Amino acid sequence: MKLTQGLLMAVKSVLSNKLRTILSMLGILIGVATVIALVAMGKASSNEVAEQVSSLGSPNSLSATITGRGTVTSLTVDEANELGDVMNIEGVAPVTSSNAYAKYGKTQASVAVEGITPAYEQVKDFPVQDGRYIAPPDINNASRVALIGVDTATDLFGEEGENPAEAVGKKITINGYNFTIVGLLESQGTSIAGSNDEKILIPITTAQKIFQTSGVTTINLLVADTDLMSATVTAIEAVLYEKFRGNENAYRVFNQEEAMETLNSVNETMNRQLIYVAIISLVVGGIGIMNIMLVSVTERTREIGIRKSLGAKKRDILFQFLVEAVCISGLGGALGIGLGYIASFVIGLVMHTETEVPGDTVLLSFAFSALVGVIFGYLPANKAAGLKPVDALRYD
Amino acid sequence: MSVNDQSYIPLIEMDGVTKYYMMAREKTTVLHNVSLKVDHGEFLAIVGPSGSGKSTLMNIIGCLDTPSEGSYKLEGSEMNGQSDNKLTVMRNQKIGFIFQGYHLLPKLTALENCELPLIYRGLPGKLRKQLAKEALERVGLGNRLHHRQSELSGGQQQRVAIARALATNPPMLLADEPTGALDSKTGMEVLNMMEELNQTGQTIVLITHDMEVAQRARRTVVIRDGVLTELGRRNDDEAYARLVNGREERLIEQA
Repeated sequence: MKLTQGLLMAVKSVLSNKLRTILSMLGILIGVATVIALVAMGKASSNEVAEQVSSLGSPNSLSATITGRGTVTSLTVDEANELGDVMNIEGVAPVTSSNAYAKYGKTQASVAVEGITPAYEQVKDFPVQDGRYIAPPDINNASRVALIGVDTATDLFGEEGENPAEAVGKKITINGYNFTIVGLLESQGTSIAGSNDEKILIPITTAQKIFQTSGVTTINLLVADTDLMSATVTAIEAVLYEKFRGNENAYRVFNQEEAMETLNSVNETMNRQLIYVAIISLVVGGIGIMNIMLVSVTERTREIGIRKSLGAKKRDILFQFLVEAVCISGLGGALGIGLGYIASFVIGLVMHTETEVPGDTVLLSFAFSALVGVIFGYLPANKAAGLKPVDALRYD
Repeated sequence: MSVNDQSYIPLIEMDGVTKYYMMAREKTTVLHNVSLKVDHGEFLAIVGPSGSGKSTLMNIIGCLDTPSEGSYKLEGSEMNGQSDNKLTVMRNQKIGFIFQGYHLLPKLTALENCELPLIYRGLPGKLRKQLAKEALERVGLGNRLHHRQSELSGGQQQRVAIARALATNPPMLLADEPTGALDSKTGMEVLNMMEELNQTGQTIVLITHDMEVAQRARRTVVIRDGVLTELGRRNDDEAYARLVNGREERLIEQA
């Protein structure tokens, strides 16, 4: 018997029993749809994570935190700036940060104060919307000037009934020291690390004076070529290793990719578990097909006998029933993919995220559902093929 | 073709065929040492009451089963001990089956039913359709090609079954109670058709319990309790008539 003829025969038989075909493919259909929807959901949440991580800074940024353990506990601003000589580093912005009380009129707020250099604007991509930035003379003179974040401006000036947008020129005190606001920072929104707009930036030299610290707490770095990220991280670590005389606990280099990987690995673990559940439902669907096919073999015993008496070989019958099983499971898989697409679209609408169905998942789930048909169709098909024509013809 | 020809091979040559089944550790013998020779072009009836072993004999002749002992040669090739696949190929190439219950596939049209054995023979679609159509025209159903079983009368259904058996142009038609499910008038038509086919040279082996049906054949053998007896040929009139009349009465009593 020719292959195409066998296929045609099986497809005809599958289509001639529509209700049964639909019912038996339901398990596979739901299984595949679940897989597609779950993967789409997982993709959506990892996209969300990527978005959140990128809000920590652009992907080409890098930061070294000085924890200050060991014999050498800190790094001066000049030493920090030397990191700019490392290859592939485009900008260095050392920061010393602490918490302080800012006061305007009668309103007082606890706020994060960061001592910065002018390079901060470029490295952190954090410009002002009004006024000017901190300039080199401010560093040299340790001027009492400050840039204020929009949220802090709202806290301080809004309470006093003044327009936060007109913050420039106002005078505030930080831990009792007088400061003049020279710039209002652009809004950066909230990241997983907290609000970026609830802070005050002052010249790093001023910060060292009023907080009585000598070193820097964080060094923000800008990388020229992100492809060389890991090499750059290694180079920075080598420099810091030398500065801190071999104490690796004194510093920590942190890059975005790493953060993304950490967060994604959580996501992946969850996704994998969901996929296991979906695979189980596919297997259950396969058992459903096997059930129906076994019933079908019993029901069609006489047909099998007739076909055999007319010259159908064992393998012809095996092929026919196997193809029928694969047709059912494949059709179920195809419809499941369609349903999965619809489901992922609906989930995207409900969760307000962009869901995404990866092409390889679609292919894989279709291939898997066809495989389920082969595996679970084999037993019934083999049973049909093994029937003796004499017995099968006598069967009513 | 002459019987005296040295190279002559009979269609069926059975020699000492015995068939037994093991039932609950007890050996039940259904056929006892059956020998039978059928030439090309014959119209043979095998007559026997139910339980006589005629179905078993038919299954062996039809390559649906194999003998426990003895030799069965179909056009010269030994069937005893053949694999299932070889038997299947022989069924497809040598035998056209006509069953009592027609055994058509209800979801297929008359034409598609007739195409089935040709499909398993691996013929291309165009040739298949042509051969199936010719077979249906031969049985007078040229205008019923696309009817399904439910749209045909019993006689028409049996004629489709005959067409299906003829489609492969087999050396032998094997008919198992072809008139069993038909009224006597339609049954007569079917028998007429078989007679006509035989006159064109088609070998027919007919299995029945009905002596009246068997009388339409040119040669009759009787099977009783697994033993085969030659009744005679229609052309040696006297002996035939005597044998038939004598045994017929007894057979009818027992049936």
